[in-house]
Amino acid sequence: MTNTKESVFTQVKASLLDPYNISIQDLDLMMSGMLSKGIDMGDIYFQNIHQESWTLEDGLVKKSSYSSRQGVGFRSIIDEQSGLAYSESLEKDSLFKAARASSSIAKSGKTATSKIDEPSSLENYYSSVNPISSLEDKAKIELLQHIDALARSKDHRVKEVIASLAGNFQNILIINDLGRIVADIRPMVRLSLSVIVEEGERKERGTSGGGGRVDYTFFNQSKIKNYVAEAVDQALINLEAVEAPAGEMTVVLGSGWPGVLVHEAIGHGLEGDFNRKKTSAFSGLMGEKVASSICTIVDDGTIKDARGSLNVDDEGEPTEKTVLIEDGKLCNYMQDQLNARLMNTKSTGNGRRESYSSQTIPRMTNTFMLGGSHKHEEIIESVDEGIYAKNFGGGQVDITSGKFVFSANEAYLIKNGKIDRPIKGAMLIGDGPSALNQVSMLADDLALDPGIGNCGKDGQTVPVNVGQPTMKIDNLTVGGTA
Amino acid sequence: MNHHQDKADMALKYAKSIGVDESSVSFADGEGFSVTARNGAVETVQDYKDQSFAITVYLNKSVGAASSNDFSETAIKSTIDKAFSLSSLTADDECNGLADKERMATEELDLDLYNPWNLDIKKAKTMAIECETYALDFDEKVVNSEGATVGSYMNQSLYANSHGFLGVSKSTGHSISCTAIAAENGVMEMDYDYTSARHYDDLQDHKEIGILAAKKALDNLGSRKIKTTKAPVIFSPRVSGSLMSHLMSAISGSSLYRNSSFLVNSKDKKICSEFINIREEPHLKRGFSSCYFDAEGVETTPRFIVENGVLKGYLLSSYSARRLGLETTGNAGGHHNLVLEPTAEEDMQSMIQNIGSGFLVTGLIGYGVNIVNGDYSRGANGFWIENGQIAYPVSEVTVAGNLKDMLMKINAVGNDPEKKGSIYAGSVLIDDLMIAGE
Repeated sequence: MTNTKESVFTQVKASLLDPYNISIQDLDLMMSGMLSKGIDMGDIYFQNIHQESWTLEDGLVKKSSYSSRQGVGFRSIIDEQSGLAYSESLEKDSLFKAARASSSIAKSGKTATSKIDEPSSLENYYSSVNPISSLEDKAKIELLQHIDALARSKDHRVKEVIASLAGNFQNILIINDLGRIVADIRPMVRLSLSVIVEEGERKERGTSGGGGRVDYTFFNQSKIKNYVAEAVDQALINLEAVEAPAGEMTVVLGSGWPGVLVHEAIGHGLEGDFNRKKTSAFSGLMGEKVASSICTIVDDGTIKDARGSLNVDDEGEPTEKTVLIEDGKLCNYMQDQLNARLMNTKSTGNGRRESYSSQTIPRMTNTFMLGGSHKHEEIIESVDEGIYAKNFGGGQVDITSGKFVFSANEAYLIKNGKIDRPIKGAMLIGDGPSALNQVSMLADDLALDPGIGNCGKDGQTVPVNVGQPTMKIDNLTVGGTA
Repeated sequence: MNHHQDKADMALKYAKSIGVDESSVSFADGEGFSVTARNGAVETVQDYKDQSFAITVYLNKSVGAASSNDFSETAIKSTIDKAFSLSSLTADDECNGLADKERMATEELDLDLYNPWNLDIKKAKTMAIECETYALDFDEKVVNSEGATVGSYMNQSLYANSHGFLGVSKSTGHSISCTAIAAENGVMEMDYDYTSARHYDDLQDHKEIGILAAKKALDNLGSRKIKTTKAPVIFSPRVSGSLMSHLMSAISGSSLYRNSSFLVNSKDKKICSEFINIREEPHLKRGFSSCYFDAEGVETTPRFIVENGVLKGYLLSSYSARRLGLETTGNAGGHHNLVLEPTAEEDMQSMIQNIGSGFLVTGLIGYGVNIVNGDYSRGANGFWIENGQIAYPVSEVTVAGNLKDMLMKINAVGNDPEKKGSIYAGSVLIDDLMIAGE
């Protein structure tokens, strides 16, 4: 199946409009109805979501579930106000009713007409193949069983293996107040692995996984081997872990997942809504130096097959590579249309919504710090005493004060320029603007996380990628117990 | 009669006709709205209208599950077909199946969960604007806000299974919240307050919520780090419930049979200080997690989870119970309302006076909790206490320990619980936790 713009549009139309006899003219009528309420901006968002998951436990795939969901969201915007209503029934009556409800913020009526254009042309950063049917169900089960066998054969201390495979496939059709109509087909797969190891009284967990906007054939032998090795090694290393230190110290962060730092410490603070409302610790700092001069940070929704990539954002705007911070200077925020309009700038293709039933807000896609000039080893060697945090779980930030946390789940002490004993999981806490100014060395090993990250904001979860090279931060608080 | 009963009957009959051994279905629908105001004007108005249907089928000893939000007969049938086809692919497990028929709830209880708020969007807008205005006008240092939100939601759900059990529940939820931002010397601090209830007449006044949000944001101004130290820590009622949540994860059936909890094999053993009692109260009137039957139709019963520091029972569904060779505790779908009983006639204020010096935690961020081994490390903010009084606000520190040890070191539970959710826990004092700062 090729994904030219015509075939994507035809497929999406066949999936979302044709079964309910909805014509382009009907869409025109719905949009005209919304425009007649005097709105500044508006859009109609058709979506269906198909997802499945398969879970292995006790060496067997005993659980599987499938879900399908559909709905249409109607968004009306006047000035800073936005109204959202949606319908989960795609029958025409329900749709016209929801379109009217979305205009409860409307000004007095005026007549308006909409004229829907030909579907816009799109870049394709991922395939439009349904991942759920990319592999026979039996092969999905065998894949998980193979992972289980591999993990158990790696070490006798592996006592539990839980592995799951999930596929998600969405058809999306967006019609906006300018008469633009855009279709997108969004595939996603994810493999997650968790192992429990035991030795004497001690028990530890190790986790790994990967995925992206691809199909199940992405999970080839070498990837599987890496996931298994990563989870088992992490758990075994943690069996040896000693108490983590408490207090301020030099922290070296590994490449890839530790990019959670970039996402939390600075990414959220550069989302357009917080800056328009002046509630971000980075508000009003455009053009100012907010990070050490070796830091360049970008948000790039156009990376091929990446989990956070989108052909278009949820307002139908093409995604971009946006440089947020260049050589330490703040140069761009991430914008959706509402916030861009109110800040007299243009959308950067960062308007995202969890689904048809959620508001569109500025969100990250794939956000990462570019690599530097040092070697990973040089950075470790430069530290007399500190910690090396190789892998991370999640993080969180308070946008307004800039305080952020992220939790290390594989970390080591560094002594005299050498990796020393592993330490137990600990929270790292800092202040976004100060932490970024403390970045003193970057390695040439930029990597994105393996494609399992989610980001939560205003109760909405969207898939993202994070990334960074090995990074040295001169001073950060480590929340250990020793 | 619930308006989904006919559909439920049809679905169960259809499942039986295609050859499944046992099945259960649930239908839920809800509607409501929320209005957010900021800078004295309405910012968002959102209408909610959701519905969902889910089926679980058992074929021999294997299981399949599917769900959809399309309530047409064709969609319901094809969802059941999908669950059936999955059940023919998944492996058998002796522990699969509906909960035992004898355990199905028989007595329907009126838990007073339904009380629609006669509030149109226009009134809600006025209320949200007023709430935010009270925050902004409280003090000139309150310079901004993330807005005030007024929301109301009603939900109806039905669960039925092939034992012939059918249970329905109808509930409402209403809330008012406000997030205020205070600034001083170019540094901003944000804080919030909210009220939520099943009945709107149990809500706090919206103006008071605005004022409280403003006061909390102001209290945080001038916050600083403290030196890394070990000290007694008071978890305020706003955050103490999180300790209960961690305990609940550790005693939930799936963590136990997967051997991935620090409380494996702890039933009838002492896990907390001996004066700690935790009750599970599924039948609290107007409770957020009140229900007379659990997600499998099993009758729920009020009980002690922890009595005099001893763990009296786990949180089990029929599946996890069979895995562990035990009986279900009526916790398919999770815990019901929890009450951490006060250990003394004291509240946060008297605890502050009593400890002399220590750390009062009013906010926690990040999920640095490892249920497998109990390791605990979270970002915290709050206030440093000196000479039995609040000395100054603290931020950018962590509190860390091990939950096994922390539960044993709970020194007091206050009689000042917040009742805004399903966990009622007052201030909790824990001796000697590591606080990492400068």
